[in-house]
Amino acid sequence: MTYRTPIAVRTRTTDHVLELRGISKRFGAVRALSEVDLDVYGGEVVAIVGDNGAGKSTLVKILSGVHPQDSGTTKFEGVPVSIPTPTAARDLGIETVYQDLSLCDNLDVVSNLWLGRELRTGGRLDEVEMEQRSWMLLRELSARIPSVRIPVAALSGGQRQTVAIARSLIGNPRVVILDEPTAALGVAQTAEVLNLIERLRERGLGVILISHNIADVLAVADRVVVLRLGRNGGEFRVADTTSEMIIAAITGASDLAARRNSAPTPRRTA
Amino acid sequence: MTTDRTTVELADERALLPEGVRGALHNVLLRLRGGDLGSAPVIVALVLISVIFQLLNPTFLSSTNLVNLTMQSAALGTVAIGVVLVLLVGEIDISVGSVSGLASAILAVGYVQLGLHLVIVIPAALVTGALIGLIFGLLRTRFGVPSFIITLAGLLAVLGLQLFVLGKTGSINIPFDSWIVQFGQQWFLPAWASYSLVGFAVLLYGTSQYATSRRRDAAGLSSTGATLILVRSAVLLVVLGVAVWYLNLTRGVGAMFALFLSLAVVMHFVLTRTRWGRSVYAVGGNVEAARRAGIRVNRVYISVFMLCSTFAALGGVFAAARLAAANQGSGGADANLTAIAAAVIGGTSLFGGRGSALSAVLGILVIMSITSGLTLINPDSSIRYVITGAVLLFAVVIDSLSRRSRAAAGRA
Repeated sequence: MTYRTPIAVRTRTTDHVLELRGISKRFGAVRALSEVDLDVYGGEVVAIVGDNGAGKSTLVKILSGVHPQDSGTTKFEGVPVSIPTPTAARDLGIETVYQDLSLCDNLDVVSNLWLGRELRTGGRLDEVEMEQRSWMLLRELSARIPSVRIPVAALSGGQRQTVAIARSLIGNPRVVILDEPTAALGVAQTAEVLNLIERLRERGLGVILISHNIADVLAVADRVVVLRLGRNGGEFRVADTTSEMIIAAITGASDLAARRNSAPTPRRTA
Repeated sequence: MTTDRTTVELADERALLPEGVRGALHNVLLRLRGGDLGSAPVIVALVLISVIFQLLNPTFLSSTNLVNLTMQSAALGTVAIGVVLVLLVGEIDISVGSVSGLASAILAVGYVQLGLHLVIVIPAALVTGALIGLIFGLLRTRFGVPSFIITLAGLLAVLGLQLFVLGKTGSINIPFDSWIVQFGQQWFLPAWASYSLVGFAVLLYGTSQYATSRRRDAAGLSSTGATLILVRSAVLLVVLGVAVWYLNLTRGVGAMFALFLSLAVVMHFVLTRTRWGRSVYAVGGNVEAARRAGIRVNRVYISVFMLCSTFAALGGVFAAARLAAANQGSGGADANLTAIAAAVIGGTSLFGGRGSALSAVLGILVIMSITSGLTLINPDSSIRYVITGAVLLFAVVIDSLSRRSRAAAGRA
């Protein structure tokens, strides 16, 4: 039996998908972001880390079209773009998996995956096609879901996260933003989700991972961007960094790190 | 029957595999135990009510009484279809009684006093309903006022409109020879027509099930076996056939009741098979998720409020046809709450996101059975309200309990 591939699998690329320069955003008297730069390449997982209030969420909201930036430029695949609404972000190919997952508990897995983008034949929902493509997608992601016809509420936390991530792939995006995907998960489920993130990278997607969990970040990310007080607080390649260095950059304790003589001061970009 | 594990979805060893007719029954049991009660409590209630009233008064299950019961159900049942829609998006409309009363008044005044043709008056009544719904929808989406308050205000304002339309007359009789009254009181499907309708419905059900099953087979998905489809179709045929045969012993299936049933079936189809229907359930399940998925949530709210008020207006037209009159009490008293109660008793959740248009049919049959049974025993209406209230409370308790056990069984 031959199946149509639900999503064209892109070959691994190193193209420059997203380029943010000098992004600033203020809310009233609060300067949430000042002059922040961010680059995302296809086939790469970029982790954005930082303390509470460092500006991670604001940056993500600018990218997903929830808030517009006050100043700074956004280039998508080399073309300057503006992202005024969530729909605009999605149309560009930027999908966001929110921390609360945004699933409808009363609907089954297929309905949730295709919500807002249902396939139709002659005005009616094409349930067969949607279900078949859902299975194809879940299989490509090596996701384990007992049935796609049970309400999402019946799934475990990890499975729900899997459904939410799989849903972001339905529209064939270039960049997927994951907001704290492992925050509420147990050990095994976290491993499952981290595997899933590697699948996304293999598909050539640019993955932006927001996380508090340094262990998860080191396990799956290629590059770590640290935000501190709304500014770039350093950038590390995971291959040649340690969690101490990242934590030092997050807390601003680089001096402490230097005193310990355990690592060189991280490259400052701000 | 596809029971081998070669189908796509059963590649995972943890997948649940329903096998044939017994598997299907087993699945039903599992669902019930998980708190996914669906229409099971209503059917149990209907059986209980029938047995009790039949014991108390042997005319309850007579064909004559059941024909009356169906004719009485059509008007409020139609209103209840609209209520199901607003409940599905997690809102409520308590003005449906007033809207139906206003529609009755427009029909009577337009047709009798102004001498307009019914072809103009009936659409005018329905459009008025739709406009009222539009106002509710806009108030809900623009200002975010809770729909309970909006429609409470609507209840009063529309009641005032109804009294204004009726003017000083107060009560207007619609001539018996007009086709709308004939339709509401005298038109019954001929026996051959009712049986062919049943045959047609079962055939449509069976063939569409079979076609889906074939497509799923071709797509490598597990499919319903031909035996199971045959069994289901046969059960449907027997249930519908016996019901129609029994009604045909006396006057038969009323045209108005048949229209009400078709409306419920059409709405059921629209809710389950179209994009709009899916978005209604999504909004009822999680508004924020629906919004983020790109569903135009405000449009869904507005369309649902408009449909609800339109169904309420149609119910008002039916009620006027059935009574051959419209008066200041049309759509008043308990009409409002009966329609809402019917939707809830039928199994539509007050919490949004679960339910079916068909629950309006089951719910109104339960309420009308109680009404009819109590009227047979004791013409005094005092006890009727108490019992209907108790049944409604019971239905809501079941809804809340099943919600809790769904949460426990992970079905939410």
